[in-house]
Amino acid sequence: MEKVIEVRHLSKWFGSNEVLKDIDFSVNKGEVACIIGSSGSGKSTLLRCINLLEKPTSGEIIYNGENILDDEHNIYTYRTKLGMVFQQFNLFNNHNVLSNCTVGQIKVLKRNKEEAEKIALQYLENVGMAQYINAMPKQLSGGQKQRVAIARALSMEPDVMLFDEPTSALDPETVGEVLKVMKDLAKSGLTMLVVTHEMGFAREVSDRVIFMDKGVIAEEGKPEEIFNNPKEKRTKEFLYRILNGNDD
Amino acid sequence: MSLQLMADIFANNWQMFLRGAGMTLLISMIGTIIGLIIGILVGIVRTIPMPEKGTKRTVLKIINKLLAIYVEFFRGTPMIVQSMVIFYGTAQAFGIQMNRIYAGILIVSINTGAYMSEIVRGGIVSIDNGQFEASHAIGMNHMQTMINVVMPQVIRNILPATGNEFVINVKDTSVLNVISVTELFFQTKSIAGATFKFFEPYFIASIIYLIMTITITRILRCIERRMDGPANFIMAGNQMQVERPEDIVYKKNRDR
Ligand SMILES: Nc1ncnc2c1ncn2[C@@H]1O[C@H](COP(=O)(O)OP(=O)(O)O)[C@@H](O)[C@H]1O
Ligand SMILES: [Mg+2]
Repeated sequence: MEKVIEVRHLSKWFGSNEVLKDIDFSVNKGEVACIIGSSGSGKSTLLRCINLLEKPTSGEIIYNGENILDDEHNIYTYRTKLGMVFQQFNLFNNHNVLSNCTVGQIKVLKRNKEEAEKIALQYLENVGMAQYINAMPKQLSGGQKQRVAIARALSMEPDVMLFDEPTSALDPETVGEVLKVMKDLAKSGLTMLVVTHEMGFAREVSDRVIFMDKGVIAEEGKPEEIFNNPKEKRTKEFLYRILNGNDD
Repeated sequence: MSLQLMADIFANNWQMFLRGAGMTLLISMIGTIIGLIIGILVGIVRTIPMPEKGTKRTVLKIINKLLAIYVEFFRGTPMIVQSMVIFYGTAQAFGIQMNRIYAGILIVSINTGAYMSEIVRGGIVSIDNGQFEASHAIGMNHMQTMINVVMPQVIRNILPATGNEFVINVKDTSVLNVISVTELFFQTKSIAGATFKFFEPYFIASIIYLIMTITITRILRCIERRMDGPANFIMAGNQMQVERPEDIVYKKNRDR
């Protein structure tokens, strides 16, 4: 299996708080990996370390055979290879839907406007938002914003998509439309790393489930193994809590 | 005093009054615009993330220190003193006599720039961190983030404060009379000197100042209401003139 990103001995401290403890893991090409775990276990921090929104305290992140934490590595080019979808959408408030999906292509990838719009439109079509190209973010519902955010990330044509609880800030009635888009993407063979509390999605869509607890990967495996037959006591406890509707 | 006298003085000198008012408006408008540009540039530089080590860090630290001194100095000293120091200082140091109007514009610009720097910085800080993170995640560097995402939002949010600086400048350009810029106060002083009347010319000048500031304030308030401004940017440490408390309440209710 070809590894797109490999994380080795990754640690992250916030002050005197060790949030990630010597993490080793990798994302394989074409797979959908879901990270689950209680809040505060370090899932977001792991994702944010991978695209360097947080600077890891120590360890290596290998991409294309190179450690991108080396000083001379261009982090801006690296970041264009990773698409990030945030819990809070974070659409650019001063850009309309289309421009949200083209500004990165034009300013960072230096594509021309025409090409960028063509690509953006194609992805907006895929997420069902093509008829909203002139809308401003504040005119959209949460589910619509998140679909645009997904299209924005896809428009950069990244190697991996990172999702950090993409449905956690949504009204219940719009969660479905976003999950549907993500399922379609998963089927299309896109490489995805998804932090989620949607156990149904993790079970149905993912190739691999990673359970994090207190800054370590406590258990990982195929979804049926993790959900039907967890080995670790803390995995069982977490699944029991979340499937009975009270995480934390 | 008599109304008749007042009318006579105005009738005989209206061109001087108007020219003075025109000069006042010109200097304060250009000064505000250049001040805004200075404020934006300083704001961009002062929010560059600090590198962890190396010469870049040292250079950036020195620049930040200098900018902080600039802001402190011009906010902490009266513009009337700044005018004297800059105008006579450059004359003494370089042996050049600056054009008085340019000197006036320069002084108002860098003075406004100091205030606008703080306002812009407040504006940048008030932008949701998610906007920066999304920009970085897509591969933008600091400059690209600022130009394409942050500054357009900041400028929109600080328009009221900028208008406010404009109104303040209309009044404060009167201090430029100490370096003989022919703005409204200077012209009034000349008229008073020529007519040996003092109350009447200055009273007329005060009415003209009032007309200018009220008109500008009204126009700005109109523009602001038309724009859907920020929901939650409350200006601090600024001598707010354009926005009244009831405007803030109005905005809050509207945004709800
Ligand atoms: N910027 C930060 N500064 C300090 N502590 C942080 C920061 N971000 C996260 N943490 C801490 O790191 C731990 C893990 O957080 P996070 O990765 O957000 O967990 P999760 O996404 O699994 O809920 C938490 O204890 C949180 O308080
Ligand atoms: Mg999280």
